[in-house]
Formats: sequence, C-alpha cells, structure tokens
Amino acid sequence: MKHFELIIIGGGSAGLSAAVSAFENGVRDILVLERDKELGGILQQCIHNGFGVHTFKEELSGPSFAERFINLVKEKHISYKLNAMVIHLNDDKTLEYVSPEEGYNVIKASAIILAMGCRERTRGAIAVPGYRPAGVWSAGTAQRYINMEGFMVGKKIFILGSGDIGLIMARRLTLEGAEVKGVAEIMPYSNGLPRNIKQCLEDFNIPLFLSHTITKIDGLDRVSGVTIAQVDESMRPIPNTEKTFDVDTVLFSIGLIPENALSEEANIEMDPKTRGPKVDESYQTSLNGVFACGNVLHVHDLVDFVAEEGRKAGIAAAKYINSQLEEGRFVNTLAKKGIGYIVPQRIHPVNLDKTIELMFRVTKQYKNVEIVIKNDDEVLRVIKKKHLAPAEMEKVILKASDVALCQQTLTIEVVEEVA
Amino acid sequence: MYDVLIIGAGINGGLLAQRLSKYNLRIALLEKDNDVANEATAANSAIIHSGHDPKTGTLKAKLNVRGNALWDDLCKELKVDFIRNGAFVVAVNDEEKLKLNELYHQAQERGVPSRLLNREEAILLEPNLSDLVIEVLDLPSTGIISPWEVTIAAVEDAMNNGLELFLDHKVTNIDRKEGYFDVTTPKGVFQAKVIINSAGLYSDDIYAMVSKQNSYKITPRRGEYYVLDRAIKPVVSRTIYPLPSEKGKGVLVVPTIHDNILIGPNSDIITNKEGKDNTSAALQYVKEQVAKTVKNIPMHTVIRTYVGLRPSHLEYDFVIEEAKDVKNFINLIGIDSPGIASAPAITEYVLDILSNMVPLNEKTEPRISRRPWLILNRMTVEEKQAMFEKDSKFGQMICRCEHVSEGEIVDVIHRNAGAKTVKAVKRRVRAGAGRCQGGFCEPRVIAILARELNIKPTEVLLDSDESTILVGETKENLA
Amino acid sequence: MKKIEMICIVCPMSCHLEVEKNDDGSILSVTGNSCNRGDGYARKELTNPTRMLTSTIKITGAIYNRLPVITSSDIPKGKLFEVMKALASIEVTAPVKMNDVIVTNICDLGIDIIASRSMEKVN
Repeated sequence: MKHFELIIIGGGSAGLSAAVSAFENGVRDILVLERDKELGGILQQCIHNGFGVHTFKEELSGPSFAERFINLVKEKHISYKLNAMVIHLNDDKTLEYVSPEEGYNVIKASAIILAMGCRERTRGAIAVPGYRPAGVWSAGTAQRYINMEGFMVGKKIFILGSGDIGLIMARRLTLEGAEVKGVAEIMPYSNGLPRNIKQCLEDFNIPLFLSHTITKIDGLDRVSGVTIAQVDESMRPIPNTEKTFDVDTVLFSIGLIPENALSEEANIEMDPKTRGPKVDESYQTSLNGVFACGNVLHVHDLVDFVAEEGRKAGIAAAKYINSQLEEGRFVNTLAKKGIGYIVPQRIHPVNLDKTIELMFRVTKQYKNVEIVIKNDDEVLRVIKKKHLAPAEMEKVILKASDVALCQQTLTIEVVEEVA
Repeated sequence: MYDVLIIGAGINGGLLAQRLSKYNLRIALLEKDNDVANEATAANSAIIHSGHDPKTGTLKAKLNVRGNALWDDLCKELKVDFIRNGAFVVAVNDEEKLKLNELYHQAQERGVPSRLLNREEAILLEPNLSDLVIEVLDLPSTGIISPWEVTIAAVEDAMNNGLELFLDHKVTNIDRKEGYFDVTTPKGVFQAKVIINSAGLYSDDIYAMVSKQNSYKITPRRGEYYVLDRAIKPVVSRTIYPLPSEKGKGVLVVPTIHDNILIGPNSDIITNKEGKDNTSAALQYVKEQVAKTVKNIPMHTVIRTYVGLRPSHLEYDFVIEEAKDVKNFINLIGIDSPGIASAPAITEYVLDILSNMVPLNEKTEPRISRRPWLILNRMTVEEKQAMFEKDSKFGQMICRCEHVSEGEIVDVIHRNAGAKTVKAVKRRVRAGAGRCQGGFCEPRVIAILARELNIKPTEVLLDSDESTILVGETKENLA
Repeated sequence: MKKIEMICIVCPMSCHLEVEKNDDGSILSVTGNSCNRGDGYARKELTNPTRMLTSTIKITGAIYNRLPVITSSDIPKGKLFEVMKALASIEVTAPVKMNDVIVTNICDLGIDIIASRSMEKVN
C-alpha cells in the first residue's frame, strides 16, 4: 500500500492553503486529492469580487483568489490528483480514492487533513410544500451552471434565503437578462452582508421580503409559480398573508452543511452544533493525526478565514509529522447562553505558542451586549459589542498564559445589559 | 395484431409483461409517460406486507399472503434486492393491546408468521420504540423492495425476451372490433386480441373507453412522506406500524433497501389525479403521528419529501377480473395497498383469467436473462478495479453521496427500458438520491445524458417531456 | 443641512456611513467609515455611482465554455447592462492568462475587461 506523509482531502481554499503551509513547514511528501476536474474548489464558480481583503490585502474574484493558491502549489511541486474522489476513510488513516486515470486505490498517510468543504442545504431538507418540478435548485448549483457551464437556469426567478449566495445570484441572474421577482427571508433580518443587499438587490430594485417563507411551489413539469407568506415569531406562516409570483425557477440559498460523510465513516467525534468534527487548538480531530479545516469544520463567511484556518492546520500537521504535538491535559471550551458554538472545542495549553484564537457564533441578533469569557468560573475577558448577528463569525484571541490557568472549562456567553 | 396489450407500465403491468414474455405471445406494453414505474409505483411505502392486515375473505387478504411468499424467487429471477427485514405493529394503550391480539389471531389463522412481544422483549430488538409502546406484534416475513427497480428490471427482462414497450403512448381511445380491439394513441393505433387494463390511477378512465356502465371511480388517496438520509445506525431496522385504522395502515417508519428511512404516509382523499403536491398540514400530521411509535427520529437528516397517490376506488377490495360487459378485457382497478406486496400473486391470478382467452404455450427457446445492475459501491476494491480496467468511465465518480460512477450511468442509459431523463437515471442508479439531492451530480448527469443521447444539454429533461432543466445559454436574452 | 445614511460597498466590512450634505447639495462630511475608501465611496455614490462588474464570456478550447472576467475598474452604474450586452458577442480561444486584457476600452468607457483566471488549452 502506498504511503504518504500527508494526504489532504479537498483541493479548495482550505486544502490548498493547508498544503502550502505544510510544505513551508518542512513536509515534502504531500498528496492533495481533489474530486473536481481542476483545483480551486467552489471559488471557481464565485466569479464576483470581494475575496482576499485579509489574505492578499486586495479584492479579488473567486477564481483569481484560487489561482494564487494554485500557483503556490504548482511552484512548490506539491503533488495533487484531479477527478479523484475519496470514497472511504478508515480510522487507521487508510483511505480509498478513485480517479479515471488510476481507478480504485487504497493508500495510507501519517497525517490527513480533512478539507472537504460543505454542501448546500436543499429544498428537501426544509420540506417546502408543493410540487417537485424542474426549475428548483440550490443557489450554488445554479451558480455553477451559469458561471462555469454557461447555461441559464431560468427566466423568471424567485429566491428563498438572503444569505450572500442568494443575493449574489439575484444580481448575476439579473445581469444575464433574467427577471428576479423577489427574495424571501424567513428571519426578520438578512443573513447577507449589508453591501450585498445594496449592490445586489437595491441596485436592481429587487424586493426583499423579510419574515417570509415559501409556502408552495407550483408546476407539474416546470415551476409555474411560487407562493410566499409572512411568518410569525415561531416561523409559522400567517394565514392570508400569501403573495404569489409568476416564475419558472426557484433558487434556495438556505445555508451550508459541512460535508462530513467521510469523517463519520472514520468514527471521528462530531460537534452537533457545527456539524463538523470536534477539534483541538491544533485543528486535530478525535482521531490522532487527522486534522480538519475550512468549511468541513464549520461554515465560514469569508474565504480569507478559511485559508487562514488551512494555514494553521498545515502547520499543525507538520508538527504532528515531526512528533512536535503534545498530548496530555486539555481544557474544554463551552458555548453558554447566546453562543451557538465555539471552535476549537478543546485546547491543550502545552501546544499553544503565545495566543489562541477562538471562533464562535451567536445564536441570535444582539445589540449593546457583553461577551464574557470565563476560565472555569473566573471572568477572563469582557468584550462590549454594539451589534452581534448569527451570520457573522466572531473571533477572540486569548493569551496562552491565561488559558493555561484554566483547570477544566473555558466558557463564552452573551450577557445582556441589566435595565 | 398483438395477442395481449397491457396499458400501464407500473409494477403490475411490468410484472405481467415479464411473465407473459415466457409464452409464445406477441405482447405490447403501453405507457403514457416517458419512463416505466412513474406513478403509484414510484411513490409508496415500498413494503412487502406479510398479509396480516387486509379484511378476512377479501382478494386483498388472499393475494397479499400469497404474494409475500413469491417475492424471494421473483427478485432472484429479476436480480434485484429483496430484504425480509421484518415489521412490528405496536400498541400504545390497553384498548390497542386488545386490537393487537385480534390482529395476532388473524395473522395466525392466515398462516402469517407472527408472535406477540412485550415491551421489554421488543425494546431489545428495536431500542427506539416510543416510550408509549406496551406490546408489539412481530411479523418477521415482512420485507422491503424498491418497487421501481423491480418494475424496471421486469420490463427490461421482458424486452430481452420479446416484449414491445411503447413509452409516451397515452391511450386516448379504445374501439371494440370483431374479436379484437383498436387501441388509439397519438403515435398510432394498436390492434390486440386481449387488453389488460393496469392503468392504476387512470384505470377507471381506460375502462370507460370500452364500457358505458362504468361504475368504477378512482379517487386518489394522497400519502405524504419524509425521506431520511442514510445513517451509520438507522433509527429502526424493521418497519414499524401503528395499529391499523379505517383509513389504512397509519404513519409508518420504514427502512428502505438503500438504507434510508421513510416516514409516512397520511391518507387524504383527493380528486386531482395529478395532485402530487406536498402540503404543510400533512407533513405536520406525519411528524406528530410518528412520535407515537418511534422516538429519537433524526428529523434534521430529512433529505426530501414526496407524495404518493394510491389508486384507490370506492370499494375496499381489488377488482381483478374480465370486465363483465367487455369480453377479453381484463380490469385491474383499485390496486392500492397491499398492491405491491400482492403483485406477484396478482400476476398469477391474471394469468389464470388469461388462460381462457389466449393459448399459453411456453417458449422453447432459451430465455435471455437480465443482466444485474452494476453497483460498484457493493464491490471489493479488486472487483471495482477490474471494471475500471475494462472501461475508465467506472473510475469517474459522478454522484458523491451515493458513489455512482459514470460507467454505471452510461450502462443504464443504453439498456432495454433505458434511462432518458435525469430522474430515470436517479431511479436506476441513485445518482441524485443522496443527501445533496443532485446539487453536485446533476450538471454532470446532464452532460452524460446529452452526450449519450446525442442531444443538447438544454434538451435534457428532469422528468416529464415538458420538464426542461436549462432554458438556454447565458447572455442569450441580452442581445 | 441633510443627513443621508448609506452602506459602504467598497469591501465586505459593509460600514454604515452617515453623510451630511449642505443645502446646496455639496457634501459636508462622511462619518462611520473605517478607512479612507469609505469617504471616497460616499462622495462618488451621491454624484456618480459606479460598480465593479464581474461576468463571463465565451471561450473555446478550454476546460469550460465560459471565462470569468472583471472590469479593470468600476464603471458607471447606469452602464452595467450596456457592458453586459457588449460582452455577449465576445468570444476568445484558450489559452488565456489571468489578468490578460480581453477587451480594451469597452463601450468607450476607458475601462478594460480583464480575465479573472487562466484557462489552459485542452483537447
């Protein structure tokens, strides 16, 4: 059986960044397995700009951002395989992949970095009533058709979900000559960046229906219409608030789910909140020598942060390969009131350099609150926040020396002002 | 002139065609849609019931018990899956416990394997039974199949042995002639000595074409379902029934042969034969009802909902007979549950009727048996590699969720009763049936269909002939 | 004096800007921006709003049938559709390099259309 020091599953922004950083930290025997016919992952279909503000200090389109990392991988002669899908991952760090060049292969690695990204939540997952005709897509699939394959998915469009993918597709479709009749969002606020509301919807007079959801899709063969209704506080449609739109296409932009079939197969411990593996400060999962980064770990808002996580996972994998990662005492992180999740889920203080960055999301919108971080029961840090939203990933950097004092649990919670 | 013309390529039409292809007969199978198994056969609970539940003395009771026994050999012959995963009927209060006992005695009288289990015994076998369950009727002969795979396989097998299949042939008129019928479709007129009306939801309309005294009326009963993603530890391994009521078998939890879990159905009488829309009320009802029988159902892993229309009529029992007023015209009307479980027995029953109409002489030439589907996901690495060495398309993964290669898709496009649409591919090889619901593979499946059928990607259909997927190229509407 | 609220679209930060305008329409102040670009954006948005345009053009001989492109600089908002129409008739052949100029001075705007990725020639 062929052996590699490091195998990276997924050649998107997380995987490429991890490969480059592992190489820069001394690992030479690296293999990147990418299931699509080129490297770059989902960035190749995100042709809009806005990527790289943090990583490259300039605004790039998705393909340009990807190409910079692809070039780094090629310059360093890091080996990669295309059309290569990993179909099984085992807890002994063997994996089976298949490609049209080599067929079916079982290989083994000293370390593995999971960088499989995420998939879109589908219409089926939220059980939207109505018929199941042609013309119903998740927004990302439509984006691939339009931006890469050059096909239009419809002429008259309605979009459910005001996340950035939905907003960006509204603009793309409009510019390509389609008529976007509206965007509905079940929450009372949009989950997209305000700048995307402005330049993707307002610029083109596309209405945004907040606190609305789709209550019926019509059409036996192709979509012939869609009905939306306002929802109450428990997200239930309110009778007699229905509006009907004459459309031939409905796009769903209703969230992303980390793609962890392989992690589950390898019995890696999962966090039900992130739907990704539980990791420690080194992005190491419950399976020794297996690391995770990017959207497979938790869904990010910005590709820059995905690449940054990949970079850190690459460094950690290099340390692991050189037997520089310690085990031993660890501290758990715990999301308390108002916090949806925290990554990493555990910290080995011994492995921290000077600081540790915790990433987390709040469960709902807050205004003028405090984020309180505690070591066991002792307050470590209080951060005042004017505005918090679930759509925005929050980060906090703690001193290694502070975390080292923690005995068992490091908690984060939202504290609302006492009136 | 056909000896036998079958209208409707659902599971009963398909199995009849397969059986009749063993005799020296010229047979035509007419289907209104562009694929077989496209109506009730495509959307139901996919259970081979044991026969414990139909009313005593009915054709349903007789054919279900008989049908259950025939499935092993049939699936072996067609080279498709059949699993006797067993079933529990659960009682949640003392009143139900009494009824469960009656059901147990009914099963015993019919010779259906059955036993009563108390809660403790049952919980050992199915740990996720709801806390309300106090007693269980164990029905180990209950099984599961894929009704559409059985039908597709049956039609393919029949075509290998002489069946003529006519898709997109909706019957619009039938004329009674001297000793034969003229069957009109938009694509031509067919002549046949005997007609079998297995048109399911439309069997009343078909019969009305030859009879003025049609008392049969199909009133579809709509059932709605959730599909759960495959799980490493499924919530149940057996089919779990509540106690049956007048409305039917109730909301079930059903493992599928593809390791998904189905939850449903409700039962709403509707008038629209195309009313295959999910309703929020029914989905809510299903979710509430199922809590009585099974707990810990991972509803966050729902990947799809669907609707099935049972081709029910006004009476309880199946109608399977030569029409009283039309000689050589065999009706299959009201074949709702347990229509699938009974299907092989229905074939036998119809064959018996048919033997009085046409001579049933077995063919002497050897049968060309159906090639099983290529399912690489079930092969060892070495077996898969051997397939790859024959054709590198077996090394190109197309569906990431269900692990379907390009080679498997190309294979089902070019078989008898082959796939012509995205949905037809999904039915045969499961590309798009997984957790991402085609988000990843659909563009790739469209490209393969376009190439293999020699059509443009914009001409590839999702399902029906009007269900175009891509509406044109980018910027076409700008100039 | 008049106050106008707007959202900066220069980068994903999406700063909430407040612009104070004199009665003659001239701009008195811009606040709420985290960087200088926000100030510039606000002034421009009120006088001559512009947008970056990203789209695709046809390409032959490449891995896909479309090449993603981007304007070399922001273009007047009112010209977006005119440029889209102009792009409809553009077709290139692989290979293309990232940052290659595909069209110079599109629609006489003094702005070029740039390839946003490389696409090699494939068979």
